Amino acid sequence: MNLLAFNLPIVVLLPFFGAILAAYSGRFNRLAAAYTSGLVALVSLLLLVPAISLPFNGETLIQSWSWVDSIGLFFAFRLDGLALLFALLILIIGLLVIIYARYYLAKKDSMGRFYAYLLMFMGSMLGIVLSENVLQMVIFWELTSITSFLLISYWQHRKDAREGARMALAITGAGGLALLGGVLLLGHIVGSYQLSDILVAGDLIRGHDLYEITLVLVLLGVFTKSAQFPFHFWLPHAMAAPTPVSAYLHSATMVKAGIFLLARFFPVLSGTEMWTWLVGGAGMATLLIGAYTALFKHDLKGLLAYSTISHLGLITLLFGFGTQLAAVAAIFHIINHATFKASLFMVAGIIDHETGTRDMRKLNGLMKYMPHTGVLAIIASLSMAGVPLLNGFLSKEMFFAEAVTASQASIIAWSIPILVTLAGIFSVAYSLRFIHDVFFNGEPVGLTKTPHEPPRFMKIPVDLLVIACLAVGMLPMYTVASILDVAVSGTLQTTSPEYSLAIWHGINLPLIMSFTALLFGALIYFKRESLIRNYDRHDHINAKNYFMSLMDKLIALSILVTRRFDKASLQNSVAWIVFASIVITGYGFFSFDSPLLGDRALMPVDLVTIIVAMLLIVASLMTMIWHRQRLISLVVIGVVGLVIALAFIKFSAPDLALTQISVEVVTIILLLLALYFLPQKSPKETNKNRLWRDAILAIASGVGITLFTMMVLSRDYDPISHYFLSNSVPGGGGTNVVNVILVDFRGFDTLGEIVVLALAGLGIYAMLQGLTLPAPNNDIKGRSWSLDAHPMILQTFTRLMMPLMILVAVYIFLRGHNLPGGGFIAGLIASVALIVMYLSNGIEWTQQRLRIDMHLVIGFGLLIATATGLVAMAMGYPFLTSAFSHIHWPVIGEFEIASAIAFDLGVFLVVVGSTVMSLVQLGKLSTLSHKQQQQYAAKRFNGQENQ
Amino acid sequence: MEWLISISIGFMTAAGVFLTLRARTFPVVLGLTLLAYAVNVFLFTMGRLNIGVPSVIDAAQAGYSDPLPQALVLTAIVIAFGMTAFLIVLALKARSELGNDHVDGIHLSKDEHSLEKTLPPKQPTKAVRGDS
Repeated sequence: MNLLAFNLPIVVLLPFFGAILAAYSGRFNRLAAAYTSGLVALVSLLLLVPAISLPFNGETLIQSWSWVDSIGLFFAFRLDGLALLFALLILIIGLLVIIYARYYLAKKDSMGRFYAYLLMFMGSMLGIVLSENVLQMVIFWELTSITSFLLISYWQHRKDAREGARMALAITGAGGLALLGGVLLLGHIVGSYQLSDILVAGDLIRGHDLYEITLVLVLLGVFTKSAQFPFHFWLPHAMAAPTPVSAYLHSATMVKAGIFLLARFFPVLSGTEMWTWLVGGAGMATLLIGAYTALFKHDLKGLLAYSTISHLGLITLLFGFGTQLAAVAAIFHIINHATFKASLFMVAGIIDHETGTRDMRKLNGLMKYMPHTGVLAIIASLSMAGVPLLNGFLSKEMFFAEAVTASQASIIAWSIPILVTLAGIFSVAYSLRFIHDVFFNGEPVGLTKTPHEPPRFMKIPVDLLVIACLAVGMLPMYTVASILDVAVSGTLQTTSPEYSLAIWHGINLPLIMSFTALLFGALIYFKRESLIRNYDRHDHINAKNYFMSLMDKLIALSILVTRRFDKASLQNSVAWIVFASIVITGYGFFSFDSPLLGDRALMPVDLVTIIVAMLLIVASLMTMIWHRQRLISLVVIGVVGLVIALAFIKFSAPDLALTQISVEVVTIILLLLALYFLPQKSPKETNKNRLWRDAILAIASGVGITLFTMMVLSRDYDPISHYFLSNSVPGGGGTNVVNVILVDFRGFDTLGEIVVLALAGLGIYAMLQGLTLPAPNNDIKGRSWSLDAHPMILQTFTRLMMPLMILVAVYIFLRGHNLPGGGFIAGLIASVALIVMYLSNGIEWTQQRLRIDMHLVIGFGLLIATATGLVAMAMGYPFLTSAFSHIHWPVIGEFEIASAIAFDLGVFLVVVGSTVMSLVQLGKLSTLSHKQQQQYAAKRFNGQENQ
Repeated sequence: MEWLISISIGFMTAAGVFLTLRARTFPVVLGLTLLAYAVNVFLFTMGRLNIGVPSVIDAAQAGYSDPLPQALVLTAIVIAFGMTAFLIVLALKARSELGNDHVDGIHLSKDEHSLEKTLPPKQPTKAVRGDS
């Protein structure tokens, strides 16, 4: 068994299964959820280990299975240097966050839910970075939006958590949609959705007409996810999440997903002027805004949030430079930022946990209460500031060097080094604030409890991360060099360029920039009081307000549109639907170039057909004109149905004619029964405008459908029925092709249809339960109903006819496979026979003799039909495969028996059950109503007497 | 012949659409029934018009009509019946709950006010009961 053939999907999917385990184990023991999650993350990491050597040898591991090939979607995974770096960051920092959160969460927080969300999020992130198929990557991308929504809103009782989560979901979700568009365009340009194909097609993509729109769509996805200007505002609001979530989402994962995508598509999308301006511009703006705003935040996590925005801007700007060396610096800074930012968030969480506040105006002088945590925080902050001998310094030096290189590009580019130095200054200032304001600067103000060190194990994740900062900062060649190198070559899809990781490059411009930043940063920090006062005095653009008002406006607009079209009136809605259909069809007619009619020879007309068709047309019109006289219009509509049955006979469709005529009978009886409870007349309509509007819509529909039918009928076509005609006898064992299609070729469809019919019957039954309706005592002309409910002659004849009709039904059923007939038709005939019995003899009389529950009939029908399919499956054939053979019976002769007849029996039973149940329930209603009416009248009569 | 069929379908559609747009439940049900007829015949004619060639396998027969539209229409007829039955019972239910047979269940026209007296006194709905 070769693990390298299938380990990647397991690495990705294991956390999802682990989430279920964590949620489940959390029910029994709070801590079990934490241990389960830790174990799951560890197993995922171990499963990845055997594949680690491959990227180092310059190989790309791809594991692919077909999924929906027709749209280019494969279940495919990929491990190259870039994917490996990110997967390791996600898993290792994830593991540390799991340990940390176990101590962070309070007793009343549900551990199971927390860890389930966290593991799902981890799986989604792993899915993004390890996907080979870009469509699959977008699926995981959307999953991170959803799971991060769940994580941010973990404290559901808090309004800010809910709002922050909704904002994050709205913005990253919208970006996800844009990304989907971009990815679809990429796939369209390249002709494949596999990264292996896309990554080698850089020239093709950059030269394509659709490059600009593709780039913009992909970048929208990147910028929203990575909180780039102008979409950066969701990130500070996401700080309402528990701190372990912030530490995970905003150091190594969520926001880095956008950066990952930027790195992933760097070889194919970068290198154009548009890329430089869009990516570089957004990066520069984000870098400056983040760094400047961070200094003025009094909340520890607020400071870290804006600092994260700023560092994401820095990485984006590096990718915007578009050079290979800039990409090296970007990848390096991704690693460094993940380590120092994760540890700083954890420190902020510890402080919050032990002091009960994150307000830097209250937190002072914590060094003497928690020296260990203080040292860790100081080292991580200095790394964030870019102080030498720490990892942040190395990548910042590279960044400054790239800024200097970029400044030579054009005349206005000389401003780049100045702007990035400015950002560096603020970065130093806010890092100093994190150290000095919190751990020194006097005594804490107004704390409710005395701070002390957290539990030992809560600090271990921070210890490890800070050790990494130091080790990378001092010994880059022995620590980070190899993984950086492999990640860079994975990003660039070629060997990495020459670069140096030395700490000392001599005195050069970048070093001068670094020290300028340190010096002025310290200066600004010590002048902070007046700066902060000045900042607080002014109003600042609060993007949240804009977002909220935009949301409110969108909702108001949608309400407006809905109100305009939906007046809570069926007539209005139907008119709109018909009108829209006419407009769309009209557009189709007018944009149709070919002549309206084709050149197929038309059939000659005979007099009889003309007369019958005229009958149909007149009957349709009369139904419409007389619709206020309901009984008459019901009689006339029956003519339409009968003429259609005749038409089916004439045009070679005996099965349809049989079905139509029996359905017609049942429908008319049903409508008659219902009409009994409805007003006999419709009121006259007074709104002439509406009548004209409806008439115009009706005429337009009629003309449209006439022309459309004629367009089809006057053209030849290539039917797909040859298969059915030639396989009906050898494959289905029946000569009536229509029936064989129903019970055999398309048996699954028929199964669905009888389910619908069964549901309609049951729905009718349910609706009529407990229904009371007043029954009129007189007909429309005021005559009272006949007292002779069940005329003797009708009774006698129907009792005689009953066996005969059932016999016909059985005959039609049995011959159905070979001659016109079958389960549907036989079912309808049998229903008619039964309904006639109910009509002529009364429901009570019939039910005493026919003690079968129609629910059971429907149920058995469905059971038999499904069982036929299952038997075929049990024998190793696909669902509903039919078999047939010829049996020689004594006396009768050879008799063919097909398994499809069992299926047809199911159809028969469902049709009988549903039809009879609907009609009998309606009939019962009338019996019941009559009784109630009498009681009600009696009560009223008595009431009047008492007065 | 083709024109005759097309025009017949057109008339059924027009009458069906007009009735579907009416304000009372019973004409709407009739309208939908007519529309169902029109749609069924339309679907059926997609196999073109053939006379005297049913699609029952027979060596003596010259050709066959297209069985596929027929199979589709056969089930469509039965389903249309199920739909009509469901709709008309829904109309009854609406009449019982709302006291009139308007499709929106709100307007009681002038000539129907007399009907109100014959109706049983209306039961307050659950929501109203909860408010009071």
